[in-house]
Amino acid sequence: MSGEHNKITASGRIEIVKQKARPNVVDYISRIFDDFIEFRGDRAFGDDQAILGGIARLGDIPVTVIGHHKGKNTQENIDFNFAMAHPEGYRKALRLMKQAEKFHRPIICFVDTPGAYCGIGAEERGQGEAIAKSLQVMMALETPVITIVTGEGGSGGALGLAVANKVYMLENAVYSVISPKGFASILWKDATREKEAAELLKMTAQDLYDAHIIEGIIPEPEEGAHKDVKQMCKNIEAVLRQDLAELTGISGQELAQLRYEKFRHMGVFLER
Amino acid sequence: MLIDLFKKTRYISVDLDYNERQKELGPLVVCPFCKKSMRAKEYEQRLHQCQHCGKYGRLNPEQRLAITVDEGSFQLMNENVYTTNPLDFKGYEEKIAVLQEKTGCTEAVTTGVGTILGEKTCIAVMNSEFLMASMGSVVGERLTRLFEYATEERLPVIIFCASGGARMHEGILSLMQMAKVSGAAGKHSQAGLLYITVLTDPTTGGVTASFAMLGDVILAEKNATIGFAGRRVIEGTIGTELPKDFQTAEFVEKHGFVDKVVSRQELKEVLAKILKLHRLEAGN
Ligand SMILES: [Zn+2]
Repeated sequence: MSGEHNKITASGRIEIVKQKARPNVVDYISRIFDDFIEFRGDRAFGDDQAILGGIARLGDIPVTVIGHHKGKNTQENIDFNFAMAHPEGYRKALRLMKQAEKFHRPIICFVDTPGAYCGIGAEERGQGEAIAKSLQVMMALETPVITIVTGEGGSGGALGLAVANKVYMLENAVYSVISPKGFASILWKDATREKEAAELLKMTAQDLYDAHIIEGIIPEPEEGAHKDVKQMCKNIEAVLRQDLAELTGISGQELAQLRYEKFRHMGVFLER
Repeated sequence: MLIDLFKKTRYISVDLDYNERQKELGPLVVCPFCKKSMRAKEYEQRLHQCQHCGKYGRLNPEQRLAITVDEGSFQLMNENVYTTNPLDFKGYEEKIAVLQEKTGCTEAVTTGVGTILGEKTCIAVMNSEFLMASMGSVVGERLTRLFEYATEERLPVIIFCASGGARMHEGILSLMQMAKVSGAAGKHSQAGLLYITVLTDPTTGGVTASFAMLGDVILAEKNATIGFAGRRVIEGTIGTELPKDFQTAEFVEKHGFVDKVVSRQELKEVLAKILKLHRLEAGN
């Protein structure tokens, strides 16, 4: 990262990742992997297009790829519900993850969502249960899991695809328990203090890296990933190849244990 | 004149009786739901159920434990884990100190081990009086340690859930507690041990989206609000008002996410019965 780039505020980064021109999961999949085949449906209720998943190849390694799907235009955004998944989206993702585990395929997740969808159907079909199950099952998967937060890491909706052995964030990506606007309106009863909240929440890639929540930051081209998608994909691919080489050498049981221990130590408290 | 005097005397004596009687009956409380008043003593005897509208008042851990565990059996655990201010959020430490003073609790969850009608179990009670029982690092750590202890000692775990969601004051760390506790519950489950959640009013947000929904058995108290997103958030998204029964225990049961809605009066016996059946099944 250049020194200049390091100075972008959290709010500035939020603006960058919310741009329409920002690459989406299809841009990444098509440039990083070969032979991608989309698999759809949760085998119970339906197919939620807010999450895209399937199998592909990274070099010689077959992998399962799953990611939040943001649209490139209005119609796509409606179809994909602005990447805000319903319970069936998380259940599809989980089905594909269990499938990956069965066939010893590493799992690669791309996170880019404002959050899990809040609506009547989502409540009726158990949004809470769907995310809860994702967290618990992902934690115990006996196969490598790598997550890359490429844009917006919106709370539980992001975490549902991010209980991984390695979690990375693109340089401008953000990841937070609540949106700055939500934070400001709930804790300060003043939504206009959004920008102040964005800084306080420590939600940038650098903040999360410093807090030992993520393994690394993947550099973006000057001015953001959309300026050179090819280069962005090269940067991501390099990280994936290096990690897969490392993680595929570890037994499934050990991978699950390492993942558990990593999350086990998250939290800041005092002890008498 | 005589009549007047008699009347007056009588009036005074009735007044004294009245005051005396009021004193004996004790203070009044107001139902948080229907706003009607009743005697505190009777309200307590009815386990904080309103005699007018039938709804349950929220219980703090002390009150919950008093009606749940066998007298003198509960041993507090994990109280040595306490809160700091990871985001340097202005006023957070002061807020915690005030709440500690006010509630007599050190954080938003009370954990320990005790017996219910003789059945030994680990128990956690979340406290809606403490920052809406939001989950920060300490809530996550205490629950994780409770699961670890239960796994080690081969004990069941019961969590009385209540929460407004994540502890926003702690930022991303509070989100990570969801994964941490779910993982610890998973380890406990892999060891073949029983986990029961009791969803009480209100169970929402990150707690619903993690350990609250992971029980082998999920019970809910009548009328409790249970959901993922807040009612107002959903109304804001869809632009209309939601039906009254939306996100009630009964609604969640109807949609298949709760095993059984229980009355507060029967809860202790139901829990003991489930614990006993699992103990027998385990062949001990
Ligand atoms: Zn009432």
